Amino acid sequence: MMVTLKLVCTEKFFGQNNSFMSAVTLKNCIKKYGDFVAVDDVSFEVQKGELFGLIGPDGAGKTSVFRILTTLLLADSGTAIVEGHDVVKEFQEIRNKVGYMPGKFSLYQDLTVQENLEFFATIFGTTIEENYELIKDIYDQIKPFSNRRAGKLSGGMKQKLALCCALIHKPEVLFLDEPTTGVDVVSRSEFWQMLIKLKEQKITIVVSTPYMDEAKLCDRIALMQNGKIMSVDEPKNIIKSFPKTLFAAKAKNIYKLLQDFRTDKEIESCDAFGEFIHITLISEDANEERVKEIAKKYNPENFKVKIIEPTIEDTFIRLMREQNNLGELKEIVNGK
Amino acid sequence: MNWHATPKEQQINMKRLLAFIKKEFYHVFRDKRTLLILFGLPIAQIILFGFALSSEVKNIGIAFQDNSHDIHTEKIIAKIQSSSYFNVENPILNYKDIENRFKDGSIKCAVIFSSNFGSDLQRPGGAKIQVIADASDPNTATIVTNYLTAIVNDYQQQLNPTAKLNYQIIPELRQLYNEQQNGSLNFIPGVIALIFMIVSTALTSVSVVREKELGTMEILLVSPFKPIMVLIAKAIPYLVLSLINFILILFLSVYLLHVEIKGSFLLLFAESILFIITCLSLGLLISNVTDSQQTAMLISMMGMMLPTLILTGFMFPLENMPWIFRVISHAVPSRYYYSIVKSVMLKGLGFEFVWKETLILAGMAAFLLTIALKKFKIRLS
Repeated sequence: MMVTLKLVCTEKFFGQNNSFMSAVTLKNCIKKYGDFVAVDDVSFEVQKGELFGLIGPDGAGKTSVFRILTTLLLADSGTAIVEGHDVVKEFQEIRNKVGYMPGKFSLYQDLTVQENLEFFATIFGTTIEENYELIKDIYDQIKPFSNRRAGKLSGGMKQKLALCCALIHKPEVLFLDEPTTGVDVVSRSEFWQMLIKLKEQKITIVVSTPYMDEAKLCDRIALMQNGKIMSVDEPKNIIKSFPKTLFAAKAKNIYKLLQDFRTDKEIESCDAFGEFIHITLISEDANEERVKEIAKKYNPENFKVKIIEPTIEDTFIRLMREQNNLGELKEIVNGK
Repeated sequence: MNWHATPKEQQINMKRLLAFIKKEFYHVFRDKRTLLILFGLPIAQIILFGFALSSEVKNIGIAFQDNSHDIHTEKIIAKIQSSSYFNVENPILNYKDIENRFKDGSIKCAVIFSSNFGSDLQRPGGAKIQVIADASDPNTATIVTNYLTAIVNDYQQQLNPTAKLNYQIIPELRQLYNEQQNGSLNFIPGVIALIFMIVSTALTSVSVVREKELGTMEILLVSPFKPIMVLIAKAIPYLVLSLINFILILFLSVYLLHVEIKGSFLLLFAESILFIITCLSLGLLISNVTDSQQTAMLISMMGMMLPTLILTGFMFPLENMPWIFRVISHAVPSRYYYSIVKSVMLKGLGFEFVWKETLILAGMAAFLLTIALKKFKIRLS
């Protein structure tokens, strides 16, 4: 059963496509640190010019995948190809072509904005003038601070400068590992606007983020958890794949409602989302009336419920739960 | 490395290297702590070793108990007084007084003349002087008693210059290479070796590891800049800084401590470059195996500086050490450099006298550099 499934997947990913068409190909990659499996049989493909998102919480294995693709880490097994080059054998070719912004990248704190940019431009064998058009929109925002030391910039500014440095040599593929972590909401949305603009320049962008709301801005996303890819698709298809009707409910005592619903046999899942709780029912023909009837048993004050469109996060939590159940099931089968 | 690069590629590679070196200098000159270590430390060490930490014994507190008060005791006391080694304190009143003054440290030495010293001198039995020295520091005590014996003997010689013993042997002493007993001479080669260890080994390893901590190493690796070039670009600025330091120390030694450079300056310079390369290789090797600046610092300090201090023979003579330490000392590069500098700078010897040490040092440099380059990680793990 598992074997056939894998075969189908592989065929779907690699069968019909000429591998030269894709910018990034990752095939059955496994990376272990001792007993811990950081990347567990991961396969996906990124098309040229695509904005591809790797979505998952901390510790999902995103950074390890990025490091394998940028030739910094050797996978224990599996293959990875970037722009037609193998990450192990032809690592230098890849290093010449890609741009990479690591998660903890913080530039040279004691160099000014201008000096940082000039340094990276020279290292990549180019000049600021040569590719100025590419970074102009971003660089204009930090230009007033060009004589300020990088260490004295705000978090958002640092990210913009780091992006400039990663872009300065007009890379064919841009790898951004959690570029918006630790950045304020306004800078985050600005940053994503920049990425969308960059896409117009035909640069393939692979970006990772733990923020589910950023996922819908990508062309395609891979949902990752515990080193495994749970799903790869366009955001709207991932939302569509949510199999149940989703309700958002609200009451005066939201915590009590959550506790009550979790013990109810008719309710399949129930999770807190800000001031709402998101609910799915076990029965297929669910509607708001049915949810109200269930709620009546617990007499919540000011109870309100409505049908809502699922978000990426809802899908993610659902897939995560399925994966965990599968894991438990496996353990039971194995007699643990 | 691609040796068959086109001229244009070579030009770009050169530009990259220069940009990297420029960046390294920015790091050094913008960090006050690094600057302090780089230039403050050599000056402080030269001054410390040159003026404060002297092994010569001077200004020793001395007190007399003169029970005779005759012309001879007065003359001997006057002789001791006129020597720059001693500071004469108030006379001793009684035996208890001696003990108290030794205890509070006001004197290091007491001299007691017997009563009838002058008349005893004329008799066959001779006169007696008791010399009591504080031997809690045995070195000082030995030196003090030697000084006093010499002064007393000298006086005796003066008394009867004609009296000659049969078969007298007179040792003619000469302190070769350091006639003035200038204490600075011995430690300068040691300080130079120590400074190179700090600048070339510790600072280099810390500066590589800092790139790892910052995450910039990942960027440098994922760039057209060849991994090996990262190492070379890191090493060059510290080689230059070490040489500036070397000249600074020599300048201070010559003009502040009046040490003469007897041998060839060029030979000294070339040997120093060789030793710096050895230290740089060590630093790069350390940076390969550590991931934090603290660890890198600790390893270079504990692993490199302590052996340099203890096992090169500049603080403690190697000959007096147990055999195990003498064996270990053969693996310490600074031992050879120390001996080369001593031979060239202080004794004025040429290359033909230091080729053995040079060869060993060159072998060490080649060995360490090969390992450092081979072990350099072109990936993260």
